[in-house]
Amino acid sequence: MPDIRVLDKKGVTLRKAMREDGSALLKSFKGEVPNDETLMSIYKAMLCTRVMDDRMLKLQRQGRVAFVGTSTGQEAAIHASAAAFGKDDWIYSALREGGVTIQRGMPIQEYVAHMFGNAEDSAKGRQMPNHFQCAEVNFPSWSSVLGTQLPHAVGTALAMKARGEKNVVLAYTGDGATSSCGFHSAMNFAAVGNAPVVFVIIDNGWAISVPSSKQTASSSFGAKAKAYGMPGIDVDGNDAVAVFDAVQEAAKRARAGGGPSLVALRSYRMGGHSSSDDPTRYRDDEEVKYWSQRDPLLRMESFLTKKGLLSEAQRQELSTALVDEIKAAIDHAEQVGDPELESLVTDVYAVPPKHLTRQVIDALRIVAEQGDAERMQGKFPL
Amino acid sequence: MVQAINDGLRSIMKEDESVLVMGEDVGPKGGVFLATENLTKEFGEDRCFDTPLSEDGIIGVGIGMAMNGMKPVCEIQFQDFIFPAFDQIVSEAAKMRYRSGGQYTVPMTIRTPYGGGIRGGLYHSQSGEAYFAHTPGLKVVIPSTPYDAKGLLIASINDPDPVLFMEPKALYRAFRQEVPEGVYEVELSKTREVTPGGDVAVFCYGAMVPVCTEAAKRVKESRNKDVRVVDLRTLMPLDEESVLQAARDCGRVVIVHEAPRFCGYGAELSALIAEHAIETIEAPIKRVAGFDTPFPNTLENYYLPDARRVLDAIEEVLDF
Repeated sequence: MPDIRVLDKKGVTLRKAMREDGSALLKSFKGEVPNDETLMSIYKAMLCTRVMDDRMLKLQRQGRVAFVGTSTGQEAAIHASAAAFGKDDWIYSALREGGVTIQRGMPIQEYVAHMFGNAEDSAKGRQMPNHFQCAEVNFPSWSSVLGTQLPHAVGTALAMKARGEKNVVLAYTGDGATSSCGFHSAMNFAAVGNAPVVFVIIDNGWAISVPSSKQTASSSFGAKAKAYGMPGIDVDGNDAVAVFDAVQEAAKRARAGGGPSLVALRSYRMGGHSSSDDPTRYRDDEEVKYWSQRDPLLRMESFLTKKGLLSEAQRQELSTALVDEIKAAIDHAEQVGDPELESLVTDVYAVPPKHLTRQVIDALRIVAEQGDAERMQGKFPL
Repeated sequence: MVQAINDGLRSIMKEDESVLVMGEDVGPKGGVFLATENLTKEFGEDRCFDTPLSEDGIIGVGIGMAMNGMKPVCEIQFQDFIFPAFDQIVSEAAKMRYRSGGQYTVPMTIRTPYGGGIRGGLYHSQSGEAYFAHTPGLKVVIPSTPYDAKGLLIASINDPDPVLFMEPKALYRAFRQEVPEGVYEVELSKTREVTPGGDVAVFCYGAMVPVCTEAAKRVKESRNKDVRVVDLRTLMPLDEESVLQAARDCGRVVIVHEAPRFCGYGAELSALIAEHAIETIEAPIKRVAGFDTPFPNTLENYYLPDARRVLDAIEEVLDF
């Protein structure tokens, strides 16, 4: 067998709850299984993300959206962790957790509008696709710089603590950004300030083409917590029950005033880094094959079926309903035009200063005299 | 000035519970320049607290607080130490309102002492205002008097956008001025006419204001010419109208700053005047600036513009 990334790393104990085929809970598991309603809501969110990613990737191939970063293979890690947080808690995301907006109640239409960057996009077409945000569900966007959102999460947690609220913050990062200064600053500030925040590392094996083994010499990502003075744990990230249990435990601790925790979810990025990355250039097919046999969605379906919560007919029904709703959202989004040219200079400051007003007036004059600017033909490289 | 800043912080903290102060040594010690003296004692550790030695952490955590209803005043001990936080300031604080379509905002103030004159060498003397004035979404404010320092600081803290508040450390204890008690604001993006005059307009800010005022006095004595010294006070967004008005009224312009000349703030000011008021300009626009070198230690008095060098430039534009 070639030297590929596998689930269990020598010397690291992962918390696990269910068998790898999802057929039953492990006897050794002593944690908390989510109630049936929570299990089903996690599953629906996982399914939505899978269906959405498939659809968006197809649109990208057809040239209808510019860029997609998929979550395929990481759905349990993403949605079972988010399920441990309430509506007044805040969630700071990294690249692949955008589906959590929908899980927390943002309409699918809004998600799709952002992918198109059209006039209905809540970011007014200012960000690349896949930088989701929604203030109504307390979900700010990440920045492409990576790791920068982690200190923000700590600041928000400290603000909540200062006001005596019981809310907590979830801060996501990938394995790559654990090497960033933002990760270090955030972990350190959080522990020193006893901030009510849960750091969740979704270790999907790859930061574009660099394997996670080249991000750290620590025995595991969970082990990093120790030096900062907070609890850390490594979890099978494709096991929705284990993920929920570990993250819920950390969230409870934070809510009770016990401070921050680190939860490292070991998972796998099944696709490329994004729609324009070709992972066959740098990783072994055997590795992809190994992880495709550990699909978190199939595992969850098997678990729910065995529990009597899901039938094949129901699965079909849910899937079809999602496909239809997403299709309708796409049809609508393609009818909506670009944001107004005037929006180019709003939201830089609360009130546009005169020089910005002058600049947009000039741009409008040139449009009136010479027509619209030509659309750029360049393609995003990553 | 440093007492006025301390008084400004105390006044606004009394009035607004969402204002809090954080940074290195701002707690019991009261800051290395004593700008935050007694604030922890008066308001408690929740409102004024020491942080780990981590500039990007200070600003990043401040951003997260500001996004969640607080008005943090983050201190960066010396402006020279701000660069580890450059990404958080430029890519995060400054862009948050824009990139979220107005859903999230960062009403944060970053206080930082800048500039030379204390024998601080390379890393306790720099003037980095141009890096930040170049960043859309950020406001850059520099006071030159105790009265303005307090009023502009309170206006910055109350402003809905992130403000970099750069304090000329050379003026911290340079002269005394009575300031009103309690909360008052000096409006941002408004220049101040320091001396009236119609012969030459001298634009400056921070520690260069008294330098230019002294040069103006010498020109009056030696040539009986009236120099209008204009203190910009807010570099971004600039009070363009007042700048252009002064340039048009005088027809001769000198711009003074401590920072290196190349791509310095004076370059933008010069271009602005050339673009909008060229028809009234009677002499080349002159800049007096720091050398295009790192900041020196022993020879800092030659590096920094002083009244001699400003006078030299004023005479040059008068004689053109």
